[in-house]
Amino acid sequence: MMFGRSSRSLTGLALLALSFPVLSADAITGEVSKRDINIPAIIMFLFFVAATLYITWWASKKNQTAADYYAAGGKITGFQNGLAISGDFMSAASFLGISALVFTSGYDGLIYSMGFLVGWPIIMFLIAERLRNLGRYTFADVASFRLGKRPVRTLSAFGSLAVVALYLIAQVVGAGKLIQLLFGLNYEIAVVAVGVLMVCYVLFGGMLATTWVQMIKAALLLFGATFMAVMVLMHVDFSAEALFSEAVAVHDNGASIMSPGGLVKDPISAISLGLALMFGTAGLPHILMRFFTVGDAREARKSVFVATGFIGYFYILTFIIGFGAIILVSTNPEFMNVDGSIIGGTNMVAVHLADAVGGSVFLGFISAVAFATILAVVAGLALAGASAISHDLYAGVIMKDNADEAKEVRISKITVLILGIVAIVLGIAFEQQNVAFMVGLAFSIAASCNFPVLLLSMYWKRLTTRGAVLGGGLGLLTAITLMVLGPTVWVKVLGHAEPVYPYDYPALFSMAVAFIGIWLFSVTDHSRQAKDEALLFDAQFVRSQTGLGAHGAVDH
Amino acid sequence: MAKLDDRDVQRWQNIEQNPRFKELVAKRGRFAMMLSLIMMGLYFSFILLIAFAPQVLGTPLAPGMTTTWGIPIGLGLIASAIVLTGIYVRRANGEFDRLTVQVLKEVQS
Repeated sequence: MMFGRSSRSLTGLALLALSFPVLSADAITGEVSKRDINIPAIIMFLFFVAATLYITWWASKKNQTAADYYAAGGKITGFQNGLAISGDFMSAASFLGISALVFTSGYDGLIYSMGFLVGWPIIMFLIAERLRNLGRYTFADVASFRLGKRPVRTLSAFGSLAVVALYLIAQVVGAGKLIQLLFGLNYEIAVVAVGVLMVCYVLFGGMLATTWVQMIKAALLLFGATFMAVMVLMHVDFSAEALFSEAVAVHDNGASIMSPGGLVKDPISAISLGLALMFGTAGLPHILMRFFTVGDAREARKSVFVATGFIGYFYILTFIIGFGAIILVSTNPEFMNVDGSIIGGTNMVAVHLADAVGGSVFLGFISAVAFATILAVVAGLALAGASAISHDLYAGVIMKDNADEAKEVRISKITVLILGIVAIVLGIAFEQQNVAFMVGLAFSIAASCNFPVLLLSMYWKRLTTRGAVLGGGLGLLTAITLMVLGPTVWVKVLGHAEPVYPYDYPALFSMAVAFIGIWLFSVTDHSRQAKDEALLFDAQFVRSQTGLGAHGAVDH
Repeated sequence: MAKLDDRDVQRWQNIEQNPRFKELVAKRGRFAMMLSLIMMGLYFSFILLIAFAPQVLGTPLAPGMTTTWGIPIGLGLIASAIVLTGIYVRRANGEFDRLTVQVLKEVQS
């Protein structure tokens, strides 16, 4: 396992760090043991599948137009959207990964979750309402609002596809392994099930079904985690002091679990990680597209508030659950292998705790919710990937915005089918590979290519097409290059002795390259087109501030 | 490139010149920037505290207690993210939206 109870190495934790917004892939690297078939879990999971397929059928009858398919017709409320966004963050990985991190290292788990949360207010203050006022289905709509449509859409589509592909593979591989542990099913069966259900939700139900699946899962996970946290607190008579002192008494690291450990020692890595988490979030295509499912900027703001509230609450729960597991799981021989390690690895502590506080039925419930979580996240990813191809590349670049709507949606659906097949094939091919770096790379690309282009297109009048494409492209290349030369790929995957680039995260440097590149190639652009683009900024500015002319709930 | 006809151009130019629009943009911009700086300031002070003076967060709240200062500070940071977001939504969905409606009304009449 990545981290034993005493290991607090920077790289170990940092690796977990970026890998866990999806299923923390490294948590479940290498061989995992298959458990016996878990009947209650499978029955509850089948209930979830039946309910979500029913919703998909219901959604398919309501879906008529492209706006319905891509953005649920703009009819999702702020509260619903906020719940769905929080669902994108409450992945199986953040649930299992953070509670495992708290279990092994205590306080560091709290530090870690913070990076994800504080990105939200920034998204709210800087981009949420402008995004909603300017865009239609994808963030490329916004980035290319006044710039050369074809080059900027092409760049944004590639940025989106890179993020989606990396995220999807990591998620599917992690799913296969997790399901082996939780359900006792074969890896291949799990991967195929994830791929097939993902395609069904998106193909037939579009954004409406994808959003509802995410909302249902978020509600189930919040309920399950709340129940576990309350049971833990009940055990210590609702005294935080008692919770902590009991944990300190039984933990190998004693009192040091109450203070920061090795998570952030080196300031460059710390800041680079912080930047990747904070601004990567603001460049994830499957998160950004959720802002187009609400009717106006007012609902978009509400959804950010709701999402921040749920995500914050959820991280507090996982903190309590991690400490609860120290008290109730690490002291119970039932959950241990003979050598004293946790059965299934430390990432399973939340699952064992479910057993300890709620018995086998609740254990089945939590296992089923963990599977549901993966499905909900991959469905959103698939839709984001398909939109990049059909809306940005096909309708925007190839058809120059004159695409037939029905044909555009058909292309999107074909893409979803292809994505499903690719996900299954690559998921099986990558079973034995270390895919942990993929999510780190996805966040870094989002922060270094998608985010700078998007932000400057809304805020900086002198941004030109040339600047956006060259600068964003450089950011993308730098992120990939540094990631490949860094410790996670160069050393751990390719097996070299020393990394060429010494830090785990490229964001600090690749974001700087992107911003400087965009600035430099924009200010030196004296073309006629650049002048026109600057003139159009005023129109864009008025619309971004007032919502005048924005695509609304009805007039899509 | 966005398609604009002359009427649109006239309309957004009117809006841009509108004093209430200028007021809205200035107020909202200042407010959003201030809240962003507060959030980033809190978060990066926390990160720097961990990097350079982790013992501060490891100090017990009172002698003999297990709970350290890190706990209320950490929870406080989570709470501050929620509260700051809430403050922004409240003002944006109230005062700023009223201003926006006013601007649009004045320009259209």
